[in-house]
Amino acid sequence: MRHIISVLMENEPGALSRVVGLFSQRNYNIDSLTVAPTEDQSLSRLTLTTSGDDARIEQITKHLNKIVDVVKLVDLTEGAHIERELMLIKVKAVGAQRAEIKRSVDIFRGSVVDLTANVFTIQLTGTGDKLDSFIAALGDNVVLEVARTGVSGISRGEKTLAL
Amino acid sequence: MDQLSGGEMLIRALHDEGVEIIFGYPGGAVLHIYDAIFHQDKVEHILVRHEQAATHAADGYARSSGKPGVVLVTSGPGATNAVTGIATAYMDSIPMIVISGQVDSRMIGTDGFQETDMVGISRPVVKHSFMVRKAQDIPLIVRKAFHIATTGRPGPVVIDIPKDATDPKVKQPYEYPEDIKLRSYTVPAKGHSGQIKKAVDALLTAKRPMIYTGGGVIQGNASEQLSELTRKLGFPITNTLMGLGAYPASDKQFLGMLGMHGTYEANMAMHYCDVLLGIGARFDDRVTNSDTSKFCPDATILHVDIDPASISKTVTADVPIVGSVAPVLEEMIDLIDKSDKKVDKKALEVWWSQIDQWREKDCLKVTPSAESIIMPQDVVKAAFEITKGEAYVSSDVGQHQMFAAQYYGFDKPRRWINSGGLGTMGFGFPAAMGVQFAYPGAISVCITGEGSFLMNQQEFATCMQYQLPIKIICLNNQALGMVKQWQDMQYGGRHSHSTYAESLPDFSKLAEAYGHVGIKIEKADELYPKLEEAFAFKDKLVFVDVLVDPNEHVYPMAIKGGAMKDMVLSKSERT
Ligand SMILES: Cc1ncc(C[n+]2csc(CCOP(=O)(O)OP(=O)(O)O)c2C)c(N)n1
Ligand SMILES: [Mg+2]
Repeated sequence: MRHIISVLMENEPGALSRVVGLFSQRNYNIDSLTVAPTEDQSLSRLTLTTSGDDARIEQITKHLNKIVDVVKLVDLTEGAHIERELMLIKVKAVGAQRAEIKRSVDIFRGSVVDLTANVFTIQLTGTGDKLDSFIAALGDNVVLEVARTGVSGISRGEKTLAL
Repeated sequence: MDQLSGGEMLIRALHDEGVEIIFGYPGGAVLHIYDAIFHQDKVEHILVRHEQAATHAADGYARSSGKPGVVLVTSGPGATNAVTGIATAYMDSIPMIVISGQVDSRMIGTDGFQETDMVGISRPVVKHSFMVRKAQDIPLIVRKAFHIATTGRPGPVVIDIPKDATDPKVKQPYEYPEDIKLRSYTVPAKGHSGQIKKAVDALLTAKRPMIYTGGGVIQGNASEQLSELTRKLGFPITNTLMGLGAYPASDKQFLGMLGMHGTYEANMAMHYCDVLLGIGARFDDRVTNSDTSKFCPDATILHVDIDPASISKTVTADVPIVGSVAPVLEEMIDLIDKSDKKVDKKALEVWWSQIDQWREKDCLKVTPSAESIIMPQDVVKAAFEITKGEAYVSSDVGQHQMFAAQYYGFDKPRRWINSGGLGTMGFGFPAAMGVQFAYPGAISVCITGEGSFLMNQQEFATCMQYQLPIKIICLNNQALGMVKQWQDMQYGGRHSHSTYAESLPDFSKLAEAYGHVGIKIEKADELYPKLEEAFAFKDKLVFVDVLVDPNEHVYPMAIKGGAMKDMVLSKSERT
């Protein structure tokens, strides 16, 4: 099963490589990864998606917790949560295609953020699934370039991941 | 407040941390630090002859004394040479601090002379690492490093120090922090009482109980508690290779070591037990025999460990208990004393009579292949008798290591010093040096193989310099014996690159060349008297080169892919 794990860690050089190194060292896979400082500049929040059975995920969280730079973590997929990913996507848009693509963008609640005579650059946020569906909806031979941020997430309700 | 340079701060901080001895080797990036060492006499520096030996010596010091081992090496090749020793300590959870020099901070990233990314290279084999940015940070980093290395599940910590941070011209006020706060590092202390109660209930209802303990009992200084609990329950107990000495080998409840080369009775009792109490052990493949689905098929598994990630990693625990071993065992003892339930004595009697039958197999008996040939096992037995079981015994990796583990009965913890997890050939000799520095008056023996010994023989020079009276017993089978055994058993006897009889040195002459004593033993009847002669040299290093049966195998041996009950017992017998 797919899991989204958010990690609060010391905003120190080396911390990120310890987390990423753990995954390659122990043969766990990372599907996506995003990291940035939090409102407290001494802490970074790293969110990654990975997959595996319960035993594997348990090992992953235990090993993450053992890393000295890791302060706290949460497996967001264990409870209700909000998940978002941002995508910037460049597509071929000429002639009749332009209106059609614009319609798809509207349906997916994205926006065209840049354009040339032949190309649209579209911004879209949502779950990973939604972004995948959008790419699929565009059809073949349209997509020129995709930049996705990887999944970020947060728990619903009053639960927080903070010190 | 004293005004100190970064180099002086480092040495002062080590002293404030209680460090008496460090093992190292100088070079450009650490010359400021070496100058600071020159100007003081509180921390003794031992000059080894290879950085790998510095780490193993610090490791042997730590394993035998329980205090952290400290290493100082230069940047680049000095640091990379230390990596094997760091990995060795990491695999066996040994507290160690490795201080590596680094090029000037302005040079980092330029491929400067003797620059390597030590923090990066060592990352997968350290508990944590620090890169010093400025001299003022050194005291706090040292304090944190020792705290992390020695608490929880211990392990090696690297401190990488750029040369400019130790500049003798820049002096700053020195203060050693009393307390440190690490918001991201906590140490589990007591186990969960509810879980401990569950475990005790399971123990008191067991019909065929078994206790299996590893290095965690030794690292956690919990041997006394383990003995008390085991005797109170009257249960059979086995130790892993890393756990030998945690429970006295001479006690009748002890079934010997378990695992790949464990005793028949220990492995059989493991396989057929109905409740298994695993303590400070990690259910690794040398114990479980790799296919964990066949491991202890009928057992409820209770697992005590300080590292939550060790629990249910390879074998799922029915009752996991995360905590420091000693307080958990104390709580167990207390609960048993207070419980209305008592051990099922009747069932236990039946279980013991089954175990006694297994014992009758006498799986460690030795049959000499010819009258005058020396059997390697007999060498270990003789060493045990002559040292009255009181020696600190370090070992390398191979057949000789297994013979040492099987035949030198360790009654006390921290006496058996060996690289279990990484299996590092070349470990034994420098580790024996570390032991001798920790206990100058004790008998420090290294039971080695000629292959392993050749990997760190340069330490003969260190031993001469510091007059270390180590006794090296080399079970010389003129081959990489363990490799050859596998080739005999699994590769049709094709000895691909595992023999070299024609090119071995005359080891006793080699020892003599360094000013040590060399003794050669070639016939069975010389064994005992010549070994006694060797141990009679109280103040000298003696290398005893014993020519042993080159065709002997280590048995029992687990059958690959089988369960623990599946063993080869001799060249002609299997279970
Ligand atoms: C550094 C290192 N290289 C290779 C090995 C693989 N290995 C394990 S045992 C062994 C043979 C050891 O020979 P020796 O020290 O003579 O011991 P013996 O088995 O003959 O008693 C080898 C090569 C190892 N454990 N460590
Ligand atoms: Mg050999």
